[in-house]
Amino acid sequence: MNSTYIIGILIILAVYVVSIYNKFVVLKARIKEAFSGIDVQLKRRIDLIPNLVSTVKGYAKHEKSVFENVTKARSSLMKAGSLNEKAKANNMLSDALKSLFAVAENYPDLKASTNFQDLQRQIEDTEDKIAYSRQFYNSNVLEYNTKVKSFPSNVIANVFAYKEEPFFETQASERENIKVDF
Amino acid sequence: MTVYNIISYNKLRSVFLMIIFIIFFTSVFYLIGLSIGNSQLYLVLGLLISLISSLSSYFYSDKLILFSTKAIKADKRKYFNYYTVVENLTIAEGMPMPKVYVIDDNSMNAFATGRNPKNSIICVTTGLLSKLNRKEIEGVVAHELSHIKNYDILLSSMVSVLVGALVFVTDMLSRRWLFGGFSSDNDNRNSNIFNLILILVVIIVTPLTATLIQLAISRKREFLADASGALITRYPKGLANALEKISNDNIALKNYSGATAHLFISNPFKNNTLKSKFSNLFSTHPLINERIKILRSM
Repeated sequence: MNSTYIIGILIILAVYVVSIYNKFVVLKARIKEAFSGIDVQLKRRIDLIPNLVSTVKGYAKHEKSVFENVTKARSSLMKAGSLNEKAKANNMLSDALKSLFAVAENYPDLKASTNFQDLQRQIEDTEDKIAYSRQFYNSNVLEYNTKVKSFPSNVIANVFAYKEEPFFETQASERENIKVDF
Repeated sequence: MTVYNIISYNKLRSVFLMIIFIIFFTSVFYLIGLSIGNSQLYLVLGLLISLISSLSSYFYSDKLILFSTKAIKADKRKYFNYYTVVENLTIAEGMPMPKVYVIDDNSMNAFATGRNPKNSIICVTTGLLSKLNRKEIEGVVAHELSHIKNYDILLSSMVSVLVGALVFVTDMLSRRWLFGGFSSDNDNRNSNIFNLILILVVIIVTPLTATLIQLAISRKREFLADASGALITRYPKGLANALEKISNDNIALKNYSGATAHLFISNPFKNNTLKSKFSNLFSTHPLINERIKILRSM
């Protein structure tokens, strides 16, 4: 009799462990998907920049240092592999772009060109898209990390070596620039 | 109540709504059949009509609503801010992209419809797009996306079609009643019973329609969509400013009907018509000032 109880309890335990393990698999996959979502948007941003630089160059040739900064930030974002590097390089690029747009303010012809306006709103939209895909990524990480840390799922996370995932951090300055009025 | 509770609650109420509709509709037809003397035929007829209309309200309500509001597909280049804001917010929520529509109208309004997030539609007026900035449009779109995510759209678009069907049938019956009735040979006994039933139907249908609308539209729902919308954008001021502008705008929507009024973000009747006083009885929308106040305090 006793052994049937024990077997029953073991089965229930096994089912529980399997379900938690599967939950971790799903959450991890979601994080990965969300991360590639950020990547898609970063790629979009990278692709827009050469066009922007050449457009601005047409009107403001001697602002060399600004162009250099943007190009440098762009290539370091392209090379970045890990989440941390990407976040850093992306912040650098944001700063470089900000000074580029600040420079553009001094050239009325540039500001009036439809090509530039179109590029500017596309870049601003891409920045929004990056911000929102990062938000989605972070909310997935939050759900996963909570599961990793809370009892009793943390025991299972420990056994199968599921560790906390890092958030995609942002600078304070970038958060502010979202509040632009159009 | 969590979001997941709300989703299953909305699904359950949609099924419930369908069943009530079918029972009610069939029994009305049965009664009419009784008075005419062909109850079985009318029973089958009523059952068929109500089945077809409730099934089509599930599958085609979005198309019917788009048709009745004269909405057209939005072009990404022409409506850049609107279209990209929908893209961005669906990225934030990990939702499928809804179909994006506009209504060419100077009033300021918006609605979402469909049966689930995969088959959903979001629609705003061109007046709204021209009078709001990007952040405010974002607030409105986030509110509508929350309705989609919570399955509010399923229930409310089904209500639109079913209420529309009810109104249509009662309208038809009362016209028959006014213009002479069914029996051409002046069979007094039959037409008296028929009249009596019609009065009964009207007495039952009118409050039932109101109840149906109220079933779909709880004031809580709007507050909840405001709150979850603010959670998506992380900027409650956007929607608050948008609602303020909408409430100060006095242009009423041209193509509205009672059956679709509850879909919109703000009451499409506006305050200067007699119809608006009537619609206040149903009060499908909570006071806009109250919503603004809550958003501002977030």
